[in-house]
Order: sequence, then structure tokens, then C-alpha cells
Amino acid sequence: MTAASVEQRREPIVSVRDLQVRFQTSDRRATVKAVDGVNFDVRRGETFGIIGESGSGKTTIGRALVFLLNPSAGAILHDGIDPLALPRREFQNHRRDYQIIFQDPNAALNPRMTILASVLEPLELARIGSHTERERQAREALERVGLPQEFGERYPHQLSGGQKQRVVIARALTLKPKLIVCDEVVAALDMSIRGDVLNLFADLQRDLGLTYVFITHDLAVVSHISERVAVMYLGQFVELGPTEEVAERPLHPYTIALLSAEPRPLPSAMRQESRIVLQGEVPSPIDPPSGCRFRTRCPHAQPLCTECAPEWRELKPDHWVACHFADRPNFRTTRNTGEAP
Amino acid sequence: MGAGPPAQRRAEGARDGARPLLSVRGLGIRFKTTQGIWQATRRIDFDIAPGERVGIVGESGCGKTITGLSILRLLPGNFAGLDGKILFDGVDLASCSARQMRAIRGKRIAMIFQEPMSALDPVFTVGHQIAETLRVHSNIGQEEARAKTLEMLRRVGIASPERRIDDYPHQLSGGMRQRVMIAASLICGPQLLIADEPTTALDVTVQAQILELLRDISETSKTALMLITHDLGVVAETCTRMITMYAGEVIEDAAVDEALVRPLHPYTSGLLRSLPHLSPRHGRLPSIPGRVPSIAEMPAGCRFRARCAHAAKGCEAEQKLQDAGGGRRVRCHRFAELNLPGALHPPDAPAAAKVATQ
Ligand SMILES: Nc1ncnc2c1ncn2[C@@H]1O[C@H](COP(=O)(O)OP(=O)(O)OP(=O)(O)O)[C@@H](O)[C@H]1O
Ligand SMILES: Nc1ncnc2c1ncn2[C@@H]1O[C@H](COP(=O)(O)OP(=O)(O)O)[C@@H](O)[C@H]1O
Ligand code: SF4
Ligand code: SF4
Ligand SMILES: [Mg+2]
Ligand SMILES: [Mg+2]
Repeated sequence: MTAASVEQRREPIVSVRDLQVRFQTSDRRATVKAVDGVNFDVRRGETFGIIGESGSGKTTIGRALVFLLNPSAGAILHDGIDPLALPRREFQNHRRDYQIIFQDPNAALNPRMTILASVLEPLELARIGSHTERERQAREALERVGLPQEFGERYPHQLSGGQKQRVVIARALTLKPKLIVCDEVVAALDMSIRGDVLNLFADLQRDLGLTYVFITHDLAVVSHISERVAVMYLGQFVELGPTEEVAERPLHPYTIALLSAEPRPLPSAMRQESRIVLQGEVPSPIDPPSGCRFRTRCPHAQPLCTECAPEWRELKPDHWVACHFADRPNFRTTRNTGEAP
Repeated sequence: MGAGPPAQRRAEGARDGARPLLSVRGLGIRFKTTQGIWQATRRIDFDIAPGERVGIVGESGCGKTITGLSILRLLPGNFAGLDGKILFDGVDLASCSARQMRAIRGKRIAMIFQEPMSALDPVFTVGHQIAETLRVHSNIGQEEARAKTLEMLRRVGIASPERRIDDYPHQLSGGMRQRVMIAASLICGPQLLIADEPTTALDVTVQAQILELLRDISETSKTALMLITHDLGVVAETCTRMITMYAGEVIEDAAVDEALVRPLHPYTSGLLRSLPHLSPRHGRLPSIPGRVPSIAEMPAGCRFRARCAHAAKGCEAEQKLQDAGGGRRVRCHRFAELNLPGALHPPDAPAAAKVATQ
């Protein structure tokens, strides 16, 4: 690779600065801080993973990244520009480059439309090219995701879950996006076909130079697919780094506990002797704990953790963490991955 | 924070000739549908020894839940028939009267479900619901029932149970509700607990708490556990034995460690290999081509044949669940000649199933 292309690859396709998203509760008496001060860049061509437990704010970040909802504060830049500053028409065109796919393919497909009509729909709404041209693109997209021609004439109920998810992917691809946010896209699929769909995402990325933001609660899936991963807890990132670093040398007590809690299909001889079992559950984002948000469940919490929130800092190159004590040597637990040497 | 022991893997007395607590033989379930009678499961055979923890694994629709429900005879309305025997402590549940079943259900065999909210009644306090189960099955007064309920809530890890016992289900978090369900199912001291995806709706850190609780309870009170799940990791952490189902049949039955390291059935092997791993390994995932056949159009012969890379002559015949030695059983006539990789496969090991090519 030339120095210039290395540079280009490093230039972020998305920059998120101090992002906050707040919702009113349904009785309008309180505010949910769904995302509360998040900073990161997504690099061109990479897969950026976000993991966290339910309610931590993953979907909210994903929706904000593609402007399905607007930030309450902070900024999201696409390729260095603020899409919200664009004139309305240009904003609509711009959004096509940034797509999102959700967990449930049934919700995304109209049961009364043929597969081909569903894939054509975004192209028609965008009025791209002639009718023949659009149909050619839609058929090409179906072929890309590995569905035979005749599937175009079928209806969603005639397809399996994995096939429907492929259709949803084809639909996102027709607009030739630069980035796709994938929100729990394999969670609803059967175990034996998950691998297939994950392989498809990898192939498309290689062939089309796509960038992904891959959101999931499944640690194994995120480790497999992403180059970098962020760990979310109660609306904030607690750790961000290269996947291998985060999975094998985690810095934050929450990441360590999460990795330890993950059940592994390994025989007893290859299993950790003891595991960290966190007490309690995630507190409400309406009224999060003061200081460090993880302190109510953190096995290492100190008085300082109640008083002030830890700073988001780059402790090792490219490896960020928010914990007052993450640099203490006795604190950094080397995790037994249970893998064969 | 606490440290739990790793799952114990000796098949505690299961294979030492001890009389099984539960012995299912030739179990099959049929349903009435608009398209005729459907055979949802068939030829299900397995034993569970007293105090043993057995995982039932398989993909969506393979018949796990139906098998659990048929043991308690809690089948849906369009149920059209049951074949075989379900011997529980020597009594055939398949031919018990409704009254006999009521005496067994909740007292000697209990069941917990994936979504605790739907199993708990929203209009009664959790304490009332647990105490009721106890009072239905024994002659004890209100006060004693409440005392026992408090004790059980403490046992399942509800902090300050005296403050929680009068709460309604919606006032509790998902993890606490599942603890309440477990308390209600254990209050009569059942010999067998059937847990259907008890942690699927929970976050991974809460799941770890609940699995530890189930393991601990089964060890201390010698309650046998039949854990239904699609998650092989959950079985590995919790159970001593693993029964794999595919398309309505049991296809493999082995001690968990053996099944994970050296699976005998091509489906079990393919499943284990297709799982993404925690340690980053960005290569292609081996996957099983095709999909599970639907019950309306089950193929004759081996039901895995259309997806199996090892299909050969003889696979078109019906496959028997045969003894594979060492207490293992497998439904594949080629098991002895195939040397299949398991969960710890090196990345370039020969594939168990055809690696799908796009
Ligand atoms: N009431 C019913 N009428 C007709 N078919 C049914 C009925 N209940 C279940 N089935 C079918 O029986 C088969 C087994 O269902 P079951 O619920 O036991 O699956 P499962 O293994 O528990 O799956 P999951 O992992 O999705 O819970 C499926 O094909 C299902 O569609
Ligand atoms: N439209 C909404 N109105 C009110 N609260 C919301 C809304 N969307 C999300 N939330 C809340 O914001 C928090 C984060 O939600 P979400 O981003 O969906 O989490 P995740 O995807 O990590 O499970 C949760 O507490 C959730 O209940
Ligand atoms: S800042 Fe304190 S409470 Fe937060 S993770 Fe670090 S040690 Fe735990
Ligand atoms: S019987 Fe034949 S088709 Fe079936 S699993 Fe065995 S080898 Fe494969
Ligand atoms: Mg979500
Ligand atoms: Mg089920």
C-alpha cells in the first residue's frame, strides 16, 4: 500500500463528537439519557463493533449515525461534513450513502410485495435511472447476496429467516452505500445459518469496500467480524480498542466481567477455574449513578468513583478506557481465554 | 462478586446402572393443522438420572419445547396424539389421568419458561404466587407458607426478600422475575426441573447469575435439571450431558465434554464448527448449507441427508439411534468411520459439513 492510500484509509468516514441523545419518558416526567457523551471515529473500510447489554444505547447510536434521529447535543460528521447543515434536497441524497439494517427481517419487508418489488422500492423512491436500469440493479443486488433469480417473484413468507435477511441486505445495497449500520442482524437467525450471513457481510465488504458499524450483544459475533470494538454501558463507552486487545487484554472492569460471563462451548478442561459474576443489574438510564456509572456493580469501586466520573483516555496506543484505576498493574487482569495454545 | 465452580462434568451415577428418574421411550407428538396431521417429534429416547443435569440443544423448531411440555402433559389445544412412554420414577406419565398429573406437576416435576412475565400473574404479589403453589400441594397454614416463601426467595438470591415478597411482578427486573420463577418452581422440592430457555431473554451478566443459581441448586438439593436451550455455551457451562435434537428427533446423546471435543454426528460437528469464537479469528466461518426441513415435508431416511457432506449409500434408510459405546448414542450409521472435528477444531481441519461457497 502506498503512503497516500494508508492516509486515505485512516481518514474517518464518520466522526462522533460528544454525542448525546435524550428521550422523554412516556409520562413526560423524566428524561432518559440513552446516549450520554460518546466520542469515536469510524475508519473507512473497517468494521467497527459496538457491544453492550440491552438498553445500553447501542440502537440509539446506530439510528443517530444515519440520522434516523437527531442528536440532542454534540455532532456527527460524515466524511468531515455535517449533514444537518446541508440543504434539504442534498441531505436526502446524502443519506443514501449511510444505510441501517435491523434485527427482524419480517418487520423490514412488506408481506404483500414480491422480493423484487421490495428490493426495487428504495431505487424507485430515489428515482434513480430508468425502469429497466433500476430492475437490472435490483436483480444484481439479489445475485450479490446469493439468492437465485427466481426468488425475485416470491413473497417473504416463502423464504426462510436467513433468506429474508439476505433480501434486506440486498435492499440496502441497491443504493450503493458507503457505510451500513448493522443492528443485531444475525440475532434472529438460526445458529447453523448465522455463519453464512456473517460470511456474506465479509464478502460484500471485500468486494464493495463497505464500512460497517456492527451492533450486537453477542461477544463471539463481534469478535469474529470487527477490527475494533467499543464496549457500552449505560449510555457511555467504557472501552474502545482493537478487537484482539479488548478481547484478550481488556482494561475496564466491565469488559472483564462481560468476557468472563460469556458461556463458551468448550470442555471443562479448557474453561476458566473461576468466573466473575457481577451482582445486580444495570441501573436505570433515567437516574444513573453519580461518578462512574459502573460503580454500583464494580468489584474495584473506591470512594473516588462515586465523586468523579473517570476520564476517557488513551491508555495504550489506539486503546481507550474510562476507569480511574485501569493503569494499576495489579488491576489489569489477564484473562484466560480458554483457547488452545 | 463471587466465584463459581466450573460445571462438574462427571455424569454423576448416570451410567452406573442407577435407576433413571425419567425414562422417555419412543415419544412422538402429533398436531392437527389445516394441512392435516403433523408429526412434530418422533422416536425420542433418553434417560435422566436423579440429580443429573442434561442439556437439550437444537435449532428453532426441532422439538425441544414440545418435548418438555409433553413430559408435563401441557400440550397446546391442537394436540392430536402422543406415542410412546414417559416413565417418571416408574410411573408412565403418558397414561396418567388429569388428576394424577395435577398432583405431579409443580410438586415433583416443575417447569420454568423463557419469559417469566408471561408465567407470573400480574394481579398477584410474587409472595402470594409462590405460597399458593406450596398450599395447593401441601397442608400448611398461611404463616408457614409465607415463612417458607421468604426462605426460598433468599435462597434464589433476592436481596432483602421481606421487602420484595409483597411486590407485583412488574415491579421487578427481568433477572429478579426469573429468580422468582425459580423460587416458585422449587418451593415444593421437585425431583425434576425442566427449564426452557431460562436465560435467553436476559443479559449475559444476569444470565451468568441465573446459571450459577441453577447449578448450585441442582447440586445441593439433588434436583435433576433438564435444560432446554439453543446455546451450546450455556449447556457447556451448566450440564453434564448433552442431547442434540434435529428435525424432531434425538440425533446424539453424550457427556458434554465428549460431545464438544469429539462429536459423532455430522450435524453436531457442523454446528460446533459454525460458531464464531470469542478470540478474534477473522477467517470464513464453516457453515451448514441449506436449512432444516419443515415438518410438513420431512425427507425419508436420514433427515440431515440433504445438508450432510458425508452422505453415502445407506443414508437413504431410516437411521436408528444406536449405541456408540461409552454410554454414547448417535443416529448415523457412518459414525464409526467418520472422524469429525468438534469445538476446538484447528481452522484448517477438514469440514464436517460442506462449506458453503457463494
Ligand atoms: N400447536 C402447534 N401446532 C402445530 N405445530 C406445532 C405446534 N407447536 C409446535 N409445533 C411445531 O412443532 C415443532 C417443534 O416445536 P417446538 O416449539 O418444540 O420447537 P423448539 O425446538 O422448542 O424451538 P425454539 O428453539 O424455537 O423454541 C415445530 O416445527 C413447530 O412449528
Ligand atoms: N423512543 C424512545 N423513547 C424513550 N426511550 C427510549 C426510546 N428509544 C430508546 N429509549 C431508551 O434509551 C435507552 C437505550 O436504548 P437502545 O439504544 O434501544 O438500547 P440498546 O440498543 O443498547 O438495547 C433505553 O433505556 C431505552 O429504553
Ligand atoms: S472508575 Fe471505579 S467504579 Fe468505575 S470501573 Fe473504574 S474502579 Fe470501577
Ligand atoms: S446418516 Fe448419512 S446423511 Fe445422515 S448424518 Fe450420517 S452420514 Fe450424514
Ligand atoms: Mg437494540
Ligand atoms: Mg422452544
